[in-house]
Amino acid sequence: MGHTTVEWVYVGVVVAILCYVGADAWNVERILDITNAPAEAEVIKVTGQQWLWTFEHEDGRKEISELHLVKGKPYRFEVTSLDVIHAFNMPDFTTLIDAVPGRINSVWLVPDQSGEYLIQCREYCGFSHYQMRAKLIVEDHEGGPSVANAAAELPSKGAEAIAS
Amino acid sequence: MVLEVKKPRPIWEILFSTHHTDIGLLYVYMSITALIIGGSLAMGIRAELFTPGTGDIIPDSNTFNRIFTVHGTNMLFFWLIPFASGIGNYLIPIMVRYKDMAWPKLNAVAFWMLPVAMALVWLGFADTTWNAYPPYSILKAPGPAAEMWIFGLKIAGISSVLGAINFIVTILKMKHPDLPLMKTSLFVWSTLVTSLMIVVAIPTFAAALIMLYTDRLGISGFFNPAMGGDPIAYQHLFWFTFHPEVYIFLIPAVGMLYELIPKFSRKPIFSYQSGVAAFVLLALVGFASWAHHMYSTGMSFTEKTVFMVGTLAAVPASAMHVFNWIATMWGGRIKFAAPMSWAVGGIVLFFYAGAGGIVNTAMPLDFLTHDSYWVVGHFHLFVAGLVTMAFIGFTYYMFPFITGRMYNERQAMIAFWLFFAGLSIVFLTQHILGLYGQPRRVFDYVPVQPLIIMNQIASVGGWMAGAGAGVFLYSIITAAFKGKPANMNDPFAIGEQYYDYTRREPHH
Ligand code: HEM
Ligand SMILES: [Cu+2]
Repeated sequence: MGHTTVEWVYVGVVVAILCYVGADAWNVERILDITNAPAEAEVIKVTGQQWLWTFEHEDGRKEISELHLVKGKPYRFEVTSLDVIHAFNMPDFTTLIDAVPGRINSVWLVPDQSGEYLIQCREYCGFSHYQMRAKLIVEDHEGGPSVANAAAELPSKGAEAIAS
Repeated sequence: MVLEVKKPRPIWEILFSTHHTDIGLLYVYMSITALIIGGSLAMGIRAELFTPGTGDIIPDSNTFNRIFTVHGTNMLFFWLIPFASGIGNYLIPIMVRYKDMAWPKLNAVAFWMLPVAMALVWLGFADTTWNAYPPYSILKAPGPAAEMWIFGLKIAGISSVLGAINFIVTILKMKHPDLPLMKTSLFVWSTLVTSLMIVVAIPTFAAALIMLYTDRLGISGFFNPAMGGDPIAYQHLFWFTFHPEVYIFLIPAVGMLYELIPKFSRKPIFSYQSGVAAFVLLALVGFASWAHHMYSTGMSFTEKTVFMVGTLAAVPASAMHVFNWIATMWGGRIKFAAPMSWAVGGIVLFFYAGAGGIVNTAMPLDFLTHDSYWVVGHFHLFVAGLVTMAFIGFTYYMFPFITGRMYNERQAMIAFWLFFAGLSIVFLTQHILGLYGQPRRVFDYVPVQPLIIMNQIASVGGWMAGAGAGVFLYSIITAAFKGKPANMNDPFAIGEQYYDYTRREPHH
């Protein structure tokens, strides 16, 4: 019956689209997976607590509410929390991982743009969740001055582009 | 014919009644109350976010957190679930041709647990979020609010399990022997499937709630890392209940649309079997996707893949319903009376919502959307879009059969346009806010464009929807008392036979 044929064709199309989405997502996520983090990546220990972020570089340098990275260098963030669950989020680089007490979660990133960006908490963590922010500064060269501070207060590069 | 509202009865007779239509209407009154008071909290949230900066109308962040927690908890557990139970109570015995629910007293008990649960949630006014993730909920959330939230949900959960058992037994055991299951309305199927899912899904969360409580007391440490517990275990228990639960919210609304769409298209349902198949498929596959809410908790690539596939596998079932509705409307002589307009508006938003859901499901993209305003937009398109719009449309549809009176069609259409346009504006805009990185559950945002303007657009949309809900409430209250007598044979003037919704046993 033509009745059911139409529906089978429709279901077939839907399934095909879903297979495509699934396969593509699988493929991209596989590449981004932590097991593919470059071996030479610098490990940065990220600790969330109500309501601020601290960062510890491999050489022992500590930063509070500010993180200095160098463009083009690979990093591996090892993220944890001292109290409740937070989420370490750099929206401009689509980096997001939960900071869970008692666990260390890892993500890796090679910042490909210099400038100043936002780091924020993306998991509800109580009273000052909404202002648990830090500043990400990606420098062009090791130890060099940061290139842009125009974006200091901006939530994202995209937002800045739209605004101008 | 017994018309509930027309024939005045003393209030205590209704309150102590165990008759299924009385209980059904009590559920409906309670849930519409929850819709309105929970909705006003949302109006406050949107007012606070209209401009950047804090304390615009909500004094501090703690109050703000309590407001969105109670808003979410209230809307899910005291609007969506009870409304579906109410219509189920009213219609299921009629539709399976039995005199009442299988256990009328149990039915009354299940209902009367809900006002208690609701009072606990509202009087406590917790700030745990509706997810109540530990360790925050066990170590930091202020009591006794959090305890009251836990007990409120506990009671609501027991109520819905009792109600579900009653539905299952009524449908499977009390159904008239001459009426095969495959000849019952798809609404009966939707209630059956929903009830089975409730019985399987809820106990997990019920256990998790007890663990939260004993963790709060400090006598256990299930989710407390300092005592060797694992907070992520809670998230698994929570979502094992609540991903299926999102389909529990959805499926009764789908069942109602199967009543509305053919009637106002003046055509039979395109494929009854496909509707049944999609219900059953969703109920089974819906249990295989819970951890898609947890991609960012540090799951391995393999785990993430499994849950992505599980989630994608549930999508065809929803797509089949949409196809069925469109195919039913296709070539029909559609009458866009109020119930049909609300139904079709809901289907439009359902489509957007599903598309957004697929984006959340694709692992790398979820790291863009997760815990951002995108997710808020996504699920509201379902729960406020499809589900609430189907519920309101169905309220208008049943209105003449319940009250013997007709509502004012113009008011119902004004309510529809305000609500539909408002929802589209607020929730599609929230998707964009999410892409700009605005986290959810925030009292304030970075004061830059385009965040400011987007939040303002969202607020205006939210208020429009609020106004629409207000007009809806006004229209049904005034019509209940002063509406014109309805033409009971064909209240919507579509020249079709109706299900005999008023055929039931007298009160006992
Ligand atoms: C096409 C079908 C659907 C897909 C593919 C889908 C997918 C998803 C995914 C992946 C998430 C997690 C997003 C995140 O937190 O990052 C999510 C969240 C959510 N979805 Fe859906 N969903 C679908 C249908 C529904 C339905 C029918 C409902 C309710 C009626 C619903 C309600 C929710 C809710 C309430 C949340 C957010 C929960 C929270 O974090 O508070 N979804 N959905
Ligand atoms: Cu889900």
